[in-house]
Amino acid sequence: MAVIALKPGYTATPKDAEDKFHGNRLLYLGWDQHLLFCAPFCVPVPAAMPFGALVKEVLPGVFGSHPDFAQIDWSKVEWKDSGKPFKPDFDKSLADNGLVHKSALRFRTPGLNGIAGSCS
Amino acid sequence: MTATTAARPAKRLGIKEKYALMTRGLGWDTTYQAMDDVFPYDKFEGIVIHDWDKWEDPFRLTMDSYWKYQGEKEKKLYAIIDAFQQNNAQFNIVDPRYINTVKLFLTGVTPLEYAAHRGFALAGRNFRGTGTRIACQMQSIDELRHAQTQFHTISHYNKYFQGLHDATYMHDRVWYLSVPKSYFEDAMTAGPFEFVTAISFSFEYVLTNLLFMPFMSGAAYNGDMATVTFGFSAQSDESRHMTLGLEVVKFLLEQDPANVPIVQKWVDKWFWRGYRLLALVSMMMDYMLPKRVMSWAEAWEMYFEKNGGALFEDLARYGIRMPKHYEVSIKEKHRLSHETWNVFNNYGHAAAFNVWMPRPEEMDWLSEKYPATFDKYYRPRFEWYAEQEQAGKRWFNNTLPMLCQVCQIPMFFTEPDDPTQICYRESSYHGMKMHFCSDGCKNVFDNEPEKYIQAWLPVHQIYQGNCFPEGTDPTVPGFNPLVEVLKYYHFQLGADGGEFNTSPDRANWEKWTGQDLSAAPQAKAA
Repeated sequence: MAVIALKPGYTATPKDAEDKFHGNRLLYLGWDQHLLFCAPFCVPVPAAMPFGALVKEVLPGVFGSHPDFAQIDWSKVEWKDSGKPFKPDFDKSLADNGLVHKSALRFRTPGLNGIAGSCS
Repeated sequence: MTATTAARPAKRLGIKEKYALMTRGLGWDTTYQAMDDVFPYDKFEGIVIHDWDKWEDPFRLTMDSYWKYQGEKEKKLYAIIDAFQQNNAQFNIVDPRYINTVKLFLTGVTPLEYAAHRGFALAGRNFRGTGTRIACQMQSIDELRHAQTQFHTISHYNKYFQGLHDATYMHDRVWYLSVPKSYFEDAMTAGPFEFVTAISFSFEYVLTNLLFMPFMSGAAYNGDMATVTFGFSAQSDESRHMTLGLEVVKFLLEQDPANVPIVQKWVDKWFWRGYRLLALVSMMMDYMLPKRVMSWAEAWEMYFEKNGGALFEDLARYGIRMPKHYEVSIKEKHRLSHETWNVFNNYGHAAAFNVWMPRPEEMDWLSEKYPATFDKYYRPRFEWYAEQEQAGKRWFNNTLPMLCQVCQIPMFFTEPDDPTQICYRESSYHGMKMHFCSDGCKNVFDNEPEKYIQAWLPVHQIYQGNCFPEGTDPTVPGFNPLVEVLKYYHFQLGADGGEFNTSPDRANWEKWTGQDLSAAPQAKAA
């Protein structure tokens, strides 16, 4: 136990356990070098959602207002899960792709460098 | 005549004697109950105190003189506020955009003054040393007075501007206000020694100039005499609080060598927590003050790098070094304000103040103050916003952001050595992923994970369904979660936040003053 507490053996319950999200789990989504979006996003998604559906149905609503978005070639996108290179299977579910509650998924779109090349 | 011996009055007490009688003279050691039972909280943190009487009170202020001084200050303050109101002085501010800094202050800072009042009352109760208790008591009363005078002063603006109507309610709920709220509650839920190190030393002594200087000088530069007035009224208290902050750490460091590493750990943590909080001040200085005092980078150089550097050189003789990760704050100084203003321009439609793009001459000022970063990274972004706005498509971001588990700020900070890459840091707690904006916040978490896994993160709370007005049914057709969350925050939709140029504040200002703000050059599109 790291926390210095008055009561020995102090423990706590995490406030954001998966069972609190009504059947969804949280997924964080970041588009590298596109800082018009000030920070990565947080979205609740079902674990059984196919990865392809995430890309086709969720990402456009989240990132679609960026002028680079329509030009993305999804076959060339480089993904990272918790900072490690990640090769998603678009037909498998998020869970079967190894994404868990509060996974941080990032992607990079080579050749697209944001508004006027400013990484915005 | 017969000489008398009885009628000679006793010699008047000197300030020092009077002080001793009215502070330490009022304390005693309990005998019916053990002192450890009466003061159960001042040992568990590991701080060792051998002699509480070594506590030196820098001001030797007693209650009777305190009431006298503060009473005089109050009389002056309220006389000036009366005159301010009678003269409609709200229209003397140079530019109605300025008032948004006051909104940020009232919702983000004033509730912290009240929290400080509670925190010092609690700390005072928990110290067994009489001198320390008295010092905490005085500061507790000061902080209550500051909260009151700020509410009274700013309430006048509430009659004329939006977003000022429910500050304390908002402070407990709104996404960006969870940043200052959780900062203070982190300190209040620590032991009493950590609390005073956090608030008196790390905040009041090391960082407070970076909060009060921009707000008070900013107010003076921008014609806000109401804020200047409470600033002056609080100033003599603030210098007392700063001196107390230094006394606190010196006392702890001189009492026992075992205290040094504990204090260093708190200095590391609370420097970082305070610095993250000041991100709000950086954007205020560079973007929200229509007449600027100095840039954030200049302020950081003067108040932290130079003054703070000298302080830590002085503390080196006790074995205290510069706070961990201070070098990151220096690397971030040329981007902090731009990145922060971008956050509020992403989510300005969900804030209780207005946002806007800098005008052409303001962009030029930013280019001049930030030659290495502004034109390269931020100008193209802000000109794109302006272009969208001029095309009638003012852009806002409609998806909720990922937050740092510790500072609770959206994860907008970039890598210390790469301003184009968001900084991601992660820890695992019993298999659950926890995310942080920086090594500084990750360190804070890793030292006390049991505390921060309980954080009330606004975005997660919204997704758990805890931030809608009572009785809301999220299953009805057409349910709009953003609208319901803003109602839960007590925001007046379309009035309190959003783009300044289309705001009621701007329309009212033009109506009441006869000024035509469209004559001011607008932001240049890309």
